[in-house]
Amino acid sequence: MKNKIEISGLEVHYEGKPALNRVSFDVHENEILGIIGPAQSGKTTLLKVINRTLEFVPEASMEGTVKLDGVDISTIGDVYGLRRRIGMVLPLPVGLPLSIYDNVAFAPRAAGLRAKSQLDELVERCLQQAALWDEVKDRLNTLGTKLSGGQQQRLTIARALSHAPEVLCLDEFSIAIDPVTTMRIEEVLKTLKKEMTILLVTNLVQQAKRLADRTAFFLNGDLVEIDTTDVIFSDTPTQQATYDYVNGTFG
Amino acid sequence: MNILRKKSKANLPFSETVIELFIRLCGISSIIFVFGIFFFVFREGAGFLFSGLNLTEFLTSVEWQPTSLNNKRYGAFALIVGTFSVTALAMCMAVPFGLGAAIFVSEFCSPKLRETFKIVIELLAAIPSVVWGFIGLTLMNQLIIQVFNAPIGLTMLNGSIMLALMSVPIIVSIAEDALKAVPDSYREAAEALGATRWQVIYRVLLPAAKNGLLAAVLLGAARSIGETMAVLMATGHSVNIPSGPLSWIRTLTATIAAELGEVARGDEHYQVLFIIGILLFTITFVVNLIADLVIKGIRQE
Repeated sequence: MKNKIEISGLEVHYEGKPALNRVSFDVHENEILGIIGPAQSGKTTLLKVINRTLEFVPEASMEGTVKLDGVDISTIGDVYGLRRRIGMVLPLPVGLPLSIYDNVAFAPRAAGLRAKSQLDELVERCLQQAALWDEVKDRLNTLGTKLSGGQQQRLTIARALSHAPEVLCLDEFSIAIDPVTTMRIEEVLKTLKKEMTILLVTNLVQQAKRLADRTAFFLNGDLVEIDTTDVIFSDTPTQQATYDYVNGTFG
Repeated sequence: MNILRKKSKANLPFSETVIELFIRLCGISSIIFVFGIFFFVFREGAGFLFSGLNLTEFLTSVEWQPTSLNNKRYGAFALIVGTFSVTALAMCMAVPFGLGAAIFVSEFCSPKLRETFKIVIELLAAIPSVVWGFIGLTLMNQLIIQVFNAPIGLTMLNGSIMLALMSVPIIVSIAEDALKAVPDSYREAAEALGATRWQVIYRVLLPAAKNGLLAAVLLGAARSIGETMAVLMATGHSVNIPSGPLSWIRTLTATIAAELGEVARGDEHYQVLFIIGILLFTITFVVNLIADLVIKGIRQE
């Protein structure tokens, strides 16, 4: 299976405090990789490394390499283009202070798409994929920030899909969403993995179990174990800590 | 709410009641002072305003001859045009510079440089207007003569440069606060979508901060309209409908400042100057009202 992302020897420090310790693993193309682990284990930092938004954190320092399709991302000159290859859904929904339509059309426009008909079509498709279209189709011009929390989160998912990313990173996307909608989006993710690679950071181990092909377990900045989801959630993962966390004995 | 207030009042110790009374007085006094000033200015000008002054001539004629012996004219049109044109030109310079500086300070500056910048900008705001007038009268005067080969440098351009320099600090500090108030999560979200720095600014930050930015611009404009000493010294102070930035002009404020000391209390000229005061009051009132309405409109949207 082809590797979409190859991470080797990744270390991140915030003002000298380690957030990720010499982490190395690969992400296969068109898989859903579940990333689980308690708070402060480095999951969000990992995503920030991948789309190079860690560069906005002045006190962070990083070592090691991250390759996307075999290319070291730190050597990519067009960082904005790189960020558009990676869709990012943050834990707390942030509707930009623009209309619903403009929220979704933001990234395509930033990339230079102007044609109204193409934008219309794209906005509709993304909102449908994010299971939001039916609720907002009559008020695409109202402010995105006026939507409820769960709707805003789906708006950010539609926004992340709008630039047709190769990698979709979801950082605990379901915190603000009700279970029924969560299930609908999970179904969407299963279809989407045919088109893209998905990194699913989640606090809900059951969500990883439902969706992920493989699962990585992080603890205090260390990658404890990465294996197929079946193995991680079996009675015999390699590490005792993995077993304990997955079965809720700690964390 | 009312019940709650009454109850809590009954339980208040004496010192609290005194403090509350004092604070209440402070709040009310500001209203009393504004009305008091308005009443005084209106009373001084009212007599001539309602009997004697030809209002049409006052608002449309350019003949300002209050001291003429046999042909007194009170046409303030040139003064009104002077005030508005010098303010408009000043805003043309101050708004781009002020907003640009605010964006730089809030988005591009390193924290250290930002502190230095803020101190310098506050210093700029603290310079008395008479000092600006002095700079206009000496330095800028020479500069304009040399650069534009003009006969005299005390012009509308000179005055508006001084006004721009005076309103830029106001615009910068209020606009910077407005930009800083935009949550960082907006920036992060836009950056994750591959927006360049400039796209983040004009697609996300400026729309999100537009209320505060508008307030910054309007307060800067209000400062310009009300400014007296600098324009008195730098614009040439002569009654004239300007034909361009190098024309000399005279403003409403400068006229009051220059002439009020020379008139006999209570005579026509004295009263006309107070009518100009009423006019200035009305202008600032209308500007503030428009600002309020615009901001309210934006909020509802």
